Amino acid sequence: MFRRNGTQCVATFAVDEVRVLRKVAGEVVGLLTDGMDHTDPVVSRLFPDIYPDRPEDSAEFRLYTEGELKTGKIDQAGAILAALPDEGEGEVRLDGEAAEAWLRAINDARLAMGTRLDITAETDLSEELEIAVVHDPGSSRVFQLSVYAYLGYLQESLLNALPEIE
Amino acid sequence: MGVMALPQVAPVEAPEIEEAPADDRPWVTVVWDDPVNLMSYVTWVFQKLFGYSRDKAEQLMLDVHHKGKAVVSIGARERMEMDANQLHGYGLWATVDRA
Repeated sequence: MFRRNGTQCVATFAVDEVRVLRKVAGEVVGLLTDGMDHTDPVVSRLFPDIYPDRPEDSAEFRLYTEGELKTGKIDQAGAILAALPDEGEGEVRLDGEAAEAWLRAINDARLAMGTRLDITAETDLSEELEIAVVHDPGSSRVFQLSVYAYLGYLQESLLNALPEIE
Repeated sequence: MGVMALPQVAPVEAPEIEEAPADDRPWVTVVWDDPVNLMSYVTWVFQKLFGYSRDKAEQLMLDVHHKGKAVVSIGARERMEMDANQLHGYGLWATVDRA
């Protein structure tokens, strides 16, 4: 988890955390680079229609803006990969700009995972995890839910470690 | 194909034509509630992107959370499109509409 150290946000990650963060950041990059499928609910959540009742206007706007938006999202996920230790455990130190990229990228990863996991306003994450563990402790859903919860804590810790705005 | 000649001289008096009143309502950027984004993150985005005070950003976030959506900026259509697009960069669910 992140803490403040001077002007930087600092965290020490264990081997498993580094591995998980590489995996989720890599998955976001993959999702955005392989020709995006706009019928995929994850893609529609990351790139929402700007005019929900006017599909043509939304499509036109998308035409001019989506490329840059996508590049920005790939870059911010790249900021996670760039700051992590190459292998094994290690410390990550983020200045203001890198911390912002991490926050945005963690958020994209949580949006993607939350959509796949059918997270709703009523979802109680720990209850959901318990049910999944009872069903099959080794299932991918248990892993995905744990990672989703972990990313939420990590994002919150980074928000708390940021210097106060103005 | 014929081309309409433009008048060489502007009319002295404005023609008295009843024009339909232009819709001059401003446009708004709306942020919608979603089950994933952290409340603290949404507050931070409003502060960061719009320069809102922490109190104002927090109030807007609570409006989104409790009412399902909130107007976060008002102005010209192009400006609102830019705001919504930037909000999408932060992963917030934003749309543009008439005020």
